[in-house]
Amino acid sequence: METAKAGVKKINKSTYLEWFELMLKIRRFEERALMLYGQQKIRGFLHVYIGQEAVAAGMESALRREDAIVTGYRQHGTAIGRGADTAACMAELYGKATGIVKGKGGSMHFFSAAHRYFGGNGIVGAQIPIGTGIAFAEKYKGTDNLCVTMFGDGAARQGALHESFNMAMSWQLPVLYVCENNGYAMGTSVGRTSNIQEIYKLGLAYDMPSEPVDGMNPEAVHKAVTKAAEHIRAGKGPYFLEIRTYRYKGHSVSDPAKYRTKEEVEEYKEKDPIKVIEQTILSKKYASEADLQVIKDKIKAEMDYAVEFAEQSPLPDPSELFTDNYVEPDYPFITD
Amino acid sequence: MSRKLALRDALREAMVEEMRRDETVFLMGEEVAAYNGAYKVSKGMLDEFGPKRVIDTPIAELGFTGIGVGAAMNGLRPIVEFMTWNFAILAFDQIVNNAAKTLSQSAGNFSCPIVFRGPSGAAGQLAQQHSQTFESWMANVPGLKVISCVHPADAKGLLKSAIRDENPVCVMESELLYGYQDEVPEGEYLVPIGKAAVRREGTDVTLVTFNKMIFPALEAADELAKEGISAEVIDLRTIRPLDHQTIVNSVKKTNRIVVIDESWPFAGVSSEIAYVVQKYAFDYLDAPVTRVNAADTSLPYASTLVDAYMPDAARIVKAVKEVRYMKA
Ligand SMILES: Cc1ncc(C[n+]2csc(CCOP(=O)(O)OP(=O)(O)O)c2C)c(N)n1
Ligand SMILES: [Mg+2]
Repeated sequence: METAKAGVKKINKSTYLEWFELMLKIRRFEERALMLYGQQKIRGFLHVYIGQEAVAAGMESALRREDAIVTGYRQHGTAIGRGADTAACMAELYGKATGIVKGKGGSMHFFSAAHRYFGGNGIVGAQIPIGTGIAFAEKYKGTDNLCVTMFGDGAARQGALHESFNMAMSWQLPVLYVCENNGYAMGTSVGRTSNIQEIYKLGLAYDMPSEPVDGMNPEAVHKAVTKAAEHIRAGKGPYFLEIRTYRYKGHSVSDPAKYRTKEEVEEYKEKDPIKVIEQTILSKKYASEADLQVIKDKIKAEMDYAVEFAEQSPLPDPSELFTDNYVEPDYPFITD
Repeated sequence: MSRKLALRDALREAMVEEMRRDETVFLMGEEVAAYNGAYKVSKGMLDEFGPKRVIDTPIAELGFTGIGVGAAMNGLRPIVEFMTWNFAILAFDQIVNNAAKTLSQSAGNFSCPIVFRGPSGAAGQLAQQHSQTFESWMANVPGLKVISCVHPADAKGLLKSAIRDENPVCVMESELLYGYQDEVPEGEYLVPIGKAAVRREGTDVTLVTFNKMIFPALEAADELAKEGISAEVIDLRTIRPLDHQTIVNSVKKTNRIVVIDESWPFAGVSSEIAYVVQKYAFDYLDAPVTRVNAADTSLPYASTLVDAYMPDAARIVKAVKEVRYMKA
């Protein structure tokens, strides 16, 4: 149990400030991305995390850097939470050669082996067994790292969830399943996808410890993840957290989100994790307005730089189409 | 009489007419009902037919496709919509192992009259997982019929034929062309499965293609006309069964053929056509069968890589010049 606790930080003033900074960084990054999408600098699909930042923040403060994470396509926040460079992430959205995956993945597919970030997956639910496999490899190699396997409420309805839960429990794999329940899968509310609307209960059928968590609050997420991680690192097998959150924007930029009321969105914005933490920091006197302004200015400068970097970077050379398909540099592609 | 309809509206008209005609036809898929379809193909159908016949599913492709197969074996005629064919891969088990094999393994006790439909192919900068073209995969499977077309009249007439067909039929559409408008005849309009259409007559070279590649093919034909080369353009419309006759007859006339196929080259539709042509028009060929495919790679996000990947008119013109032994 000693080692299990190592690396897990106690919550204090600096944790609050770290959460504030990370959440604001993610928010500002995506606000820029949305604006740039409007200017057609960014193309394809763009699914933003705005409203869900407390999940990334609370998770990262409770995890170790060696732990792995895999998630879906709504993933800018998760990657930035891991420590991915915002300039490389912005260049990726631009499809530039300096992007985090050389402009090859775009918004849905950031990956970074250095950050133990196993990527954004575009096929709903595909990452559930993949994350289970990443955890399998950790157990096989005898580490005490875990793999956080994240998916949406919509993804929770794929059969692969059940197959994964079953094998993970029967093989006692070090996997933390995190369902980011933001209420909707595209235009479909959770209530319309199942008679089981409390998604955490899906784990109970496998005797997996499973709990709902307030995802608008990084502290609640941090505590839940800390407890789950201790359980997993102690060799007791998987854990399932249904983190209840909300996306303020449409599913992707093309979705006008007519399937929900303005009141509902406003209600969540009242609980906005960034707004709330800012108030908490000030009321607990963890920092002054001026201190927070310094953080805000720093983030603004970082975003200015990220956009400038993306703008100035070159597009990939067309020959890059044939790299990274096979490990061999001289693979014999069919060319006519 | 005809009027202009967008591809999405023509597809909807086919489904609506068949659902009015036959109580056993129903539509099922992600976001098809309350959201009116991810690409608005099923817009208004929930209002007309209600939730019994226009059914929103959870994201569970393998499950709802299997439910469709079971329903088809038991007297209904499901239309299963995939948001895109990329996601249908999750359901290939039910399509390939069950829908395609029901008739054979039950020795005719059960048939499986079901339609699987959705958009196929690349649609801009959507990256590796959202840009694939599976016509040749599906067409490889005995028991399945495969339609892939974008002309609104064809789409309407073929989808209606597919819904009435006693066999499982895969219908491949195009996300980029759902808004494409063209003439569609009024009233009952059926197009037979298995018949290609000659879109443009010509004498010097045959261009064979399907789905959205018809547009770069026609554009190339225009370019070639300026240089005095007369290209015949064939739109396959159905991939399986393949209309050998139309292709072979054309090659007998033009003696040269270029196949344009958005899918990957290995064992693709283009390879099948090359086989057919060398087998049945060998003595008529004045040049090797040539093809223009997407690159033999995954499709990355960056714009320069999308351009390098996709077949286009310039590449088609170049291939035609090759089979005409001309300088590019
Ligand atoms: C297998 C598969 N089916 C359908 C889609 C299309 N699709 C993309 S995102 C999405 C909704 C997913 O919702 P959820 O899991 O709740 O995640 P969220 O978008 O809310 O983060 C759908 C249906 C897909 N990408 N993959
Ligand atoms: Mg969701």
